[in-house]
Amino acid sequence: MFSLQEIKKSGIAAIWFMFLTFPIMVIRVNPLERTIQWRWENMLYVGIGVFAFSFLWREMLRRKEMGLKKKMQEDGSEKPGFLQKAAENPRLILPALGLVMGIALLFPHLVNPYQISIMTLALIYVVLGLGLNIVVGQAGLLNLGYVAFFAVGAYTYALLNKHFGLGFWACLPIGAGMAALFGILLALPILRLRGDYLAIVTLGFGEITRIVLENWGKFSGGPIGIRGIPRPDFFGMSFSLSEAIMYIYYLMIAAVILTIFVINRLQNSRLGRAWVALREDEIACQAMGIDKAKVKLSAFALGATWAGMAGVIFAGYNTYINPKSFTFMESVIILSIVVLGGMGSILGVVLGGLIMILLPEYLREVGHYRMLIFGAAMIIMMVFRPQGLIQSKRKAYEFQEDKGAA
Amino acid sequence: MEQFLEYFLSGLTRGSIYALIALGYTMVYGIIGLINFAHGEIYMIGAFTALIVATALTFLGFPPLAILLLAALAAVIWASAYGFTIEKVAYKPLRGAQRLSPLISAIGMSIFLQNYVMLAQTSDFLRFPALIPDFKWLAPWSHIMSTSRFTILVTAAAAMIFLTLLIKYTRTGKAMRATSQDREMALLVGVNVDRVISSTFIIGSALAAIGGLLIASHVGQINYYVGFIAGLKAFTAAVLGGIGSIPGAVLGGLILGWTESFATGYVSSEYEDVFAFGLLVLILILRPSGILGKNTAQKV
Amino acid sequence: MEPILKVQNLTMDFGGLRALNRVNLDIREGEIVALIGPNGAGKTTFFNCITGIYKPTGGDVSIHPPGRDGLRINGMKPNRVTGHGLARTFQNIRLFPNMTVLENVMIGRHVRTKAGVLGAVFRPPSVKKEERDTVEYCYGLLKKVNLAREVNELAKNLSYGAQRRLEIARAMATDPFLLLLDEPAAGMNAYETIELDQLIRKIRDEDKISILLIEHDMKLVMNISERIFVMDYGSKIAQGTPLEIKQNPLVIKAYLGEDADADH
Repeated sequence: MFSLQEIKKSGIAAIWFMFLTFPIMVIRVNPLERTIQWRWENMLYVGIGVFAFSFLWREMLRRKEMGLKKKMQEDGSEKPGFLQKAAENPRLILPALGLVMGIALLFPHLVNPYQISIMTLALIYVVLGLGLNIVVGQAGLLNLGYVAFFAVGAYTYALLNKHFGLGFWACLPIGAGMAALFGILLALPILRLRGDYLAIVTLGFGEITRIVLENWGKFSGGPIGIRGIPRPDFFGMSFSLSEAIMYIYYLMIAAVILTIFVINRLQNSRLGRAWVALREDEIACQAMGIDKAKVKLSAFALGATWAGMAGVIFAGYNTYINPKSFTFMESVIILSIVVLGGMGSILGVVLGGLIMILLPEYLREVGHYRMLIFGAAMIIMMVFRPQGLIQSKRKAYEFQEDKGAA
Repeated sequence: MEQFLEYFLSGLTRGSIYALIALGYTMVYGIIGLINFAHGEIYMIGAFTALIVATALTFLGFPPLAILLLAALAAVIWASAYGFTIEKVAYKPLRGAQRLSPLISAIGMSIFLQNYVMLAQTSDFLRFPALIPDFKWLAPWSHIMSTSRFTILVTAAAAMIFLTLLIKYTRTGKAMRATSQDREMALLVGVNVDRVISSTFIIGSALAAIGGLLIASHVGQINYYVGFIAGLKAFTAAVLGGIGSIPGAVLGGLILGWTESFATGYVSSEYEDVFAFGLLVLILILRPSGILGKNTAQKV
Repeated sequence: MEPILKVQNLTMDFGGLRALNRVNLDIREGEIVALIGPNGAGKTTFFNCITGIYKPTGGDVSIHPPGRDGLRINGMKPNRVTGHGLARTFQNIRLFPNMTVLENVMIGRHVRTKAGVLGAVFRPPSVKKEERDTVEYCYGLLKKVNLAREVNELAKNLSYGAQRRLEIARAMATDPFLLLLDEPAAGMNAYETIELDQLIRKIRDEDKISILLIEHDMKLVMNISERIFVMDYGSKIAQGTPLEIKQNPLVIKAYLGEDADADH
């Protein structure tokens, strides 16, 4: 590992990066005071850092390469990692579920309201990730404007409450329904677009939604948004602030369970299989008698439904909303949740959602560097584990004759 | 009429910048089929490098023309170096992975670079020095054709002509065209595909840096976030024109520039972006592969 | 008796290129028919035009499923064509690589089953039964094509020959009256080809599905088909029994001509 060759390679990398980062890292100008600051020490740090890191980088690349080769030599089946194995071991599933449920239920009693709040937000993103997973992970339609449906849900609740006094529970299905309707309206004209064209149109749609919300002040309150949205109630009971925070947390836990239940059932259904088939091969799919338009539409609408529901809860959770919560960056984060977690895998997406939201929050310790680390983590993850945390597995069936024959 | 001309020219100026950046998107997409999300950041880094170098040289007392040339040179060199490095670090190890992985890697790179510049420099807007002296002979037309506008138009046109010639006549250009048509075949006939991909990133980044330099001196200020918006717009332009097509990127950029300029002028400035994206949606519905994109039937 | 598939003057132009030129063809119930011709003769294009993947420029395609009314199907979308009972396989295998073998076949059942979103979520008894029936039915098909042991394998991990057989099972799952096979023996070894021969006969005899196949393996074609159509340069140049085709000078010329070209 530390042969002369390797040292030379790392040396070259170090020099290259010292050159690369020179203007940005070393020079700092202050046009107002007309001063230049030369920060030569940064160049040194970059050099040392890159020199050390490049050994690790190449070693990890080599391991990945070797792993791939080994896979080819075996029967082409993928070798499960530790997490994968644990997730698939049937004897572990029930106790693990119990443990997770226990922790989830006890969690708000162990930590302070701020942390409950952060966890609730993470759970909202878990639901968003699971919803987008239908569209991207299952049906393979790259949607970069998913946050628009989230916004539709949130604004539906905020506006219906403001103008007609409708409560949270009445708005929950309405918001989900509105988002589904938007999903269908958007999907109708763009069904024949393929791949990246679909991505950019959905991106455009998301941006248009945000800009309209920002500028149509009479309707949406403009950039300030809407304040004073009531928190969810419980059969008319109202709560103190700390109770309300806990209540929304439990509400979100229920929402996540519901989402997982429904999506799991959808996945192993006639429709769910059609989504995956569509992702795998559109033409073969049609030749097998599947109506492409209908199946795509259903994926889009169902994905949007979950975003709408999450939006209503988000509005109740935050008590105020403005267009800042619905930028393109949010769509990107939700997409990252799906891909980092492992496309198509429910458990993966749940983990992905928790990591993507909690990590930057707890990285607040490292202050300004959190987004930097976050970006780097996304790259490293994709380079060394592109299939995500957990790879989705197809359902296996058992047949009696099958065993006899084998 | 006067007003129309003003909108037309401002749209043309804007559009040429979009086109310059869109070229990078389209070239990379044509060769490796990836939406290079970090391309907008290259543009931002190009502009930042130019700003730093120009300001530093001003304080050191260099003559204006030397500053202009050195700043432009630095912007191009460093932006290209970043483009080259990004490909090696974030995309090359992912060749052959499923389609979304490099896209996420690109998004990660974009977030990383934004924060890198913000932390190493500043999160505030920085004033970009006026590098280009006013052309005296342009004075009679100064109400519609400012010096910076003129410079943008001429430079952008020159860059595009240069690119066209490069792709048409040089070995690298031919190899690039071959690779974008059929990568495996190009490899078989002895094209060094790795090198072609690197050249694509370098050329695209250089164009983006020129775009960054021009717009920054035109607008007069930059911050670490400018690349994101510009990148989004330029990408829209590339798709509008038909992604993968070089004339398409130019056409898409211009159409986008004019749409924004006329819509802002005659309708409302708040909905500028709505018009841009609305146009995109409309065109893609009518022509699913963009204006000049090849609508190739899938082989069965 | 009315032919179950009747193609009249089928023409397909790509820009200025005429890929199919007034092709006529008909298939009667219970037949095994082969479509042969040199590479680039337009055989796959012919399939694509019949199954709705391409919209033919001219001519007529009509079907007359046994026991049902006849109808024109040219210009119909591929999924509707399949719905009417025409199923196909692809020359360059188009399975769903990351789905299991069983799931691949279950996709074929999509068009014959009904469960929607609500059914999937609430799983009423009717849906449960439909799902169970689908699984059983598809397992039966997999046994037929000798893939029962690989039900839970991912399709991409199957051998070439097995993938071809899986494509046949998937197409059969759509309940066709006519099966269009595009080079089913390509890439198979001699033993696998013999098995394929038996499989195709079994499908015709037991499942009462008529067969139209494109194939280059002349031994298989001559063995199995009752009638053969020959195409060259987008036109039909001959039709008849295997014996007639073997002796047809036009056919010999088309094939020899191809060989002569290949020598360059």
